[in-house]
Amino acid sequence: MTKLKLLALDTATEACSAALYIDGEIYQDFQLAPREHTRLILRQAEGLLNKAGITVQQLDALAFGRGPGSFTGVRIATGVVQGMAFGADIPVVPVSTLASIAQAVYEDHQAQHVLSAIDARMGGVYWGQYQLNAEGLMQLVGDEAVLSPADVAMPASFDWCGAGSGWQAHGKILQQRLASVTRIYPDYYPQSKTIARLAVAGFKNGEAVDAAQAIPVYLRNDVAQKSADRK
Amino acid sequence: MIVLGIETSCDETGLAVYDSDRGLLAHTLHSQIKLHAEYGGVVPELASRDHVRYLLPLAEQALQQAGVSKHELDGIAYTAGPGLIGALMVGASTGRALAMTLGIPAIAVHHMEGHLLAPMLEDAAPDFPFIALLVSGGHTLLAEVQGIGQYQILGESLDDAAGEAFDKTAKMLDLGYPGGPILAKLAEQGRSGQYKFPRPMVDRPGLDFSFSGLKTFTLNTWQDAKQAGSDDEQTRADIALAFEEAVVDTLMIKCRRALRETGIKTLVIAGGVGANLRLRGALQAMVEKENSALFYPRIEFCTDNGAMIAHVGCLRLQAGQQEDLQINTRARWPIDELEKI
Ligand SMILES: Nc1ncnc2c1ncn2[C@@H]1O[C@H](COP(=O)(O)OP(=O)(O)OP(=O)(O)O)[C@@H](O)[C@H]1O
Repeated sequence: MTKLKLLALDTATEACSAALYIDGEIYQDFQLAPREHTRLILRQAEGLLNKAGITVQQLDALAFGRGPGSFTGVRIATGVVQGMAFGADIPVVPVSTLASIAQAVYEDHQAQHVLSAIDARMGGVYWGQYQLNAEGLMQLVGDEAVLSPADVAMPASFDWCGAGSGWQAHGKILQQRLASVTRIYPDYYPQSKTIARLAVAGFKNGEAVDAAQAIPVYLRNDVAQKSADRK
Repeated sequence: MIVLGIETSCDETGLAVYDSDRGLLAHTLHSQIKLHAEYGGVVPELASRDHVRYLLPLAEQALQQAGVSKHELDGIAYTAGPGLIGALMVGASTGRALAMTLGIPAIAVHHMEGHLLAPMLEDAAPDFPFIALLVSGGHTLLAEVQGIGQYQILGESLDDAAGEAFDKTAKMLDLGYPGGPILAKLAEQGRSGQYKFPRPMVDRPGLDFSFSGLKTFTLNTWQDAKQAGSDDEQTRADIALAFEEAVVDTLMIKCRRALRETGIKTLVIAGGVGANLRLRGALQAMVEKENSALFYPRIEFCTDNGAMIAHVGCLRLQAGQQEDLQINTRARWPIDELEKI
């Protein structure tokens, strides 16, 4: 148990959640609420803080789902966390939304090797391979990427499971390519509870940054064509 | 009351600190013009990404320049619309969360109300009532302003906004980005009277505008010149001037009509095209003949900025308005839906 107070927020996908970590206990408000994030997220945060009787200023740090995910969605949590961290002079731990999914599948199903996938629209998928470490935390193997589901590669041996909305949107192609993956949890979303758990470890490892450095990881960066390349 | 203003509705990140007693204390701005120039226009996703990177450093800088600690702030004002939804979201989420954390009220500001009242940031500020000509990249409207939040729209553009017409015309003339100011600069070299351009809708009653015909007229003129093999720099400047004169004349004629029809003696110009010196000159000459007065913001407050948002936010917060605990954005938001205070 780590003696620490941390508030985690996530608005990167259809899910919208806040979680408060207080000295080893985690309280979460999680809702599947597409397009409701702007109405919900601050109330979720305030609700948890009020129930615990603490203020943002009394937290040691904030954490947020830094992406990948919906661009605007990721930026809502980013903006909120930047505003809170700046206002209270506390640092921020950015956490991967793919890692959050993998961690949740480990906690719920004891899966130790997870292929985390979030639907990236436009026929793509955000993809990351996660494996359990000695501290009971899911850790990235290789790099996260945005790619076509037809291009995902089967990782080395082990008993991998699949998780996340990428397995809903692209289940067929993924299963064709990765026939040995039989356990699939498609209805898993990033959630603040596991973001908080990963962030506590990150905070101890010195991964916290200043408010202004709390910025998204989009993975997809080719969002527009330059005039010169268009002709 | 000290208010931090945040503007992120399009391609400028603007922050400012406004004090109801002392006026504007500081303002900072990051323009993304260079970023978007390579794309020939604003790329909304890139604009949003840039706002995330610049907002807090600019806020810190503005507070420092103002000599104000964030704990001395009494409110946060952010642009909630109209504008690019993703870009608006950055300022709204950061601003609303900052207010919540500091335990102070937040107010969602209408971007065009910011522009409209920007002349009040100057020492020589207009008194109500006035006629406002709002001409920017996304808007062209004439409004009768009786007080804050009392905006009766007298006329609007039926197609392109004035700034949009400048930008599109500049593109047709193969000028760079952003077109408005470049076209205006080129027009300085133009010779008046080389071309006869129409003055759209001036012979019809009413106060609406239309600029898309003028844009097409310019294109045709330029193409004819090209075909005749006379598409030299001088011709291009002559055409730029003819276009600019036509827009300015049209705006001036409608403003004069609005002053006469309402009997109001004060005219205010605001918005990016308000930076156009030929427009300022033409309106100045007109109001003098009409025994009226003209007011406008300093050039840097014609285009998007945080100062105008902090200013309007402060007025509305002082009147007791504030937002619920949620992030408010409205890509579309008619200005006459605003509450009067
Ligand atoms: N000197 C000038 N002459 C003509 N047009 C100009 C001049 N300077 C700026 N503009 C035009 O003003 C517009 C930018 O103004 P502003 O920043 O107020 O508008 P916007 O943010 O694009 O739109 P809105 O405020 O309606 O959302 C552009 O269309 C630009 O070309």
